[in-house]
Amino acid sequence: MSAQPDLLYSEEEEALRAAVRDLLADHCDAAGVIARVESDAPHDRELWKLLADGMGLAGLLVPEEQGGQGATHREVAVVLEELGRAVAPVPFLTSAVVATEALLAGEAGDLLGDLASGRKIGTLAVALNLPAGSAYKVVRHEGGALHGELTGIADAAVADVLLVPADDGGLYAVDASAATVTPQVSLDLTRPLAKVVLDGAPGRLLGDAEPAVRRALRAGAALLASEQLGLAEWTLTETVRYLKERKQFNRPVGGFQALKHRLAQLWLEVVNLRAAARNAADALATGSDDADVAVAVAQAFAAPVAVHAAEEALQLHGGIGMTWEHPVHLYLKRAKADSIAYGTAGAHRAALAELVDLPSP
Amino acid sequence: MTDAAELRRRTAELLAAFPPATTDRVDFLRARFDAGLAWVHYPEGLGGLGAPRSLQAVVDADLEAEGAPDNDPRRIGIGLGMAAPTILAYGTEEQKRRYLRPLWTGEEVWCQLFSEPGAGSDLAALGTRAVRESGGEWVVNGQKVWTSSAHIARWAILIARTDPDAPKHRGITYFICDMTDPGVEVRPLRQVTGEAEFNEVFITDVRIPDSRRLGEIGDGWKVAQTTLNNERVAIGGMRLPREGGMIGPVSKTWRERPELRTHDLHQRLLQLWVEAEAARLTAERLRQQLVAGQPGPEGAGMKLAFARLNQEISGLEVELRGEEGLLYDDWTMRRPELVDFVGRDAGYRYLRSKGNSIEGGTTEVLLNIVAERVLGLPSEPRTDKDVAWKDLAR
Repeated sequence: MSAQPDLLYSEEEEALRAAVRDLLADHCDAAGVIARVESDAPHDRELWKLLADGMGLAGLLVPEEQGGQGATHREVAVVLEELGRAVAPVPFLTSAVVATEALLAGEAGDLLGDLASGRKIGTLAVALNLPAGSAYKVVRHEGGALHGELTGIADAAVADVLLVPADDGGLYAVDASAATVTPQVSLDLTRPLAKVVLDGAPGRLLGDAEPAVRRALRAGAALLASEQLGLAEWTLTETVRYLKERKQFNRPVGGFQALKHRLAQLWLEVVNLRAAARNAADALATGSDDADVAVAVAQAFAAPVAVHAAEEALQLHGGIGMTWEHPVHLYLKRAKADSIAYGTAGAHRAALAELVDLPSP
Repeated sequence: MTDAAELRRRTAELLAAFPPATTDRVDFLRARFDAGLAWVHYPEGLGGLGAPRSLQAVVDADLEAEGAPDNDPRRIGIGLGMAAPTILAYGTEEQKRRYLRPLWTGEEVWCQLFSEPGAGSDLAALGTRAVRESGGEWVVNGQKVWTSSAHIARWAILIARTDPDAPKHRGITYFICDMTDPGVEVRPLRQVTGEAEFNEVFITDVRIPDSRRLGEIGDGWKVAQTTLNNERVAIGGMRLPREGGMIGPVSKTWRERPELRTHDLHQRLLQLWVEAEAARLTAERLRQQLVAGQPGPEGAGMKLAFARLNQEISGLEVELRGEEGLLYDDWTMRRPELVDFVGRDAGYRYLRSKGNSIEGGTTEVLLNIVAERVLGLPSEPRTDKDVAWKDLAR
């Protein structure tokens, strides 16, 4: 095993967290997110502009000489914790992490800089549920043009450029205006999926699809754990706050032992999730030999915890938790969708069985 | 301020003056204590140099590299982990000088006379009485239970009721008890595992001089909090490699015995492997926080996590072993000095780990503590708080 991972947050990372949290507090309140996801434009482009232009967050993973910030997955993880805490409807994970990682694997030219600056939003045209290493759908490459239909593409509705794997083994950059993008009605209103139809669309070859997709999906899975951590933390904190105020039987509901034990248990799960998520981010940042194991552990652990946290939050809020006006449903929908995104916990356990030599019967 | 370089210089001096290869074990340990390299964060003259606690690792690494003897912290864990910090915090200068050195070298083993048959999780309900005689001596009568190491201990930390008219938390006083006193009777307590790791201790007219009181009369509950907080740190703070805990043996069995594998067990094994790895990383994160001087509240949860994991993992291993799982290695009543999770079979691990959610605070009580102290949720309604101990229903 490689050197001990650094599982703490540096002062710079805490400063970054504070800056992102302040911005989200001012520009991404729950009522606003609920109103937005019911509109025709569920993504918050203004907020994305502030994050990308204002703070340079879209280019965290891109080296400075290619127009980015030259930061690491550790900083990206901190940003995702805060975006998860706010269920922010912005394409950070899909564009600044997954699409960017795919481009970093090949010859992206100006496109990498465009994504890094936030001038363009990119998305990898692979269904959101797939883990790294699994088979993905490809389109037909014929006479220099692309033909086919792809579904389950996250944030495609706001993408300027689609990174599309084709049947010749190449990954192509396709201008979104050359494709037909139709929103799908999605479980997670804050990270909606879309159908992409290519009917003779021109594409620019970026390189081999397989290594690029694998790298992108692995980073997506690793860093999704930090989003799930932020999400779980919000639901726990908010539920604790509510149960200190809410009275039934002439006592604060949070004073009943049955509920205290459930919340303490949840806290323990969140504490463990923080260590697992931090380990995955650090492993990617340092290029550790242990990265595949760290990612599989983080995803196999994170998804059930985030879903449990959101489900407990809804239940423990009682009737108000079932209403549309209370934001807990946004978190439940995001948590459940996240539990499928970039591979289920079961898929990551299966990967782990190979990695740590615990073979199936 | 003593820094790492200074500590390394002193360590080199110690090794030069007392080469481990030719020095008697106890002589070396005494010299290490006298050099202030036993626990560097303790004061000078008491085995330390008032250095930051995090620098202990620097000393330990250099000593280990040179093959220096260790003081067997497992056998003397109660002394090191619980008695020592309490004596340091509440003892008189004379008490600190008398007890800390032989405690640290392992020449004197300590045990803890806290729990009673009627006072476990509700420890403040204890009924062992200490009555002060006119000469100033205390006369103690009562029964304690779950006392590990009592049969080899030279000293015990003891809490007893000194004022039955006060509410239960206020009438308790903290003492150091001489285990060689004829009024102290230690009987083995046989457990579900078949062995007798713990004891019952019967205390009959044991006389304790007032000079062996720790802290003020009636202040024993506050003093005991120091002991108990350190107990939980000791249980949760260990550093483990991957598969270093109970998941190790079952993973090994899985790899070596393909004929035992089933799909159901595979799913459960992988799930527990992931949880064990997350708990290990959490313990490592906690350790890094302590080293960085930012202790987090995670320690309160680590014992909970390891207790549950140990039980689930050992239970899985008994099932995995199939026909062998129906057998047990040895029901002979023995008196182990250490809890041996590695040298015994899966059946032993399964049975012994049932104690992990009881010893050092039950899981139910610790969940309350997390809920109240970490999450700030309201405490349980209390019916015993302002009632004299003697008037409580029993």
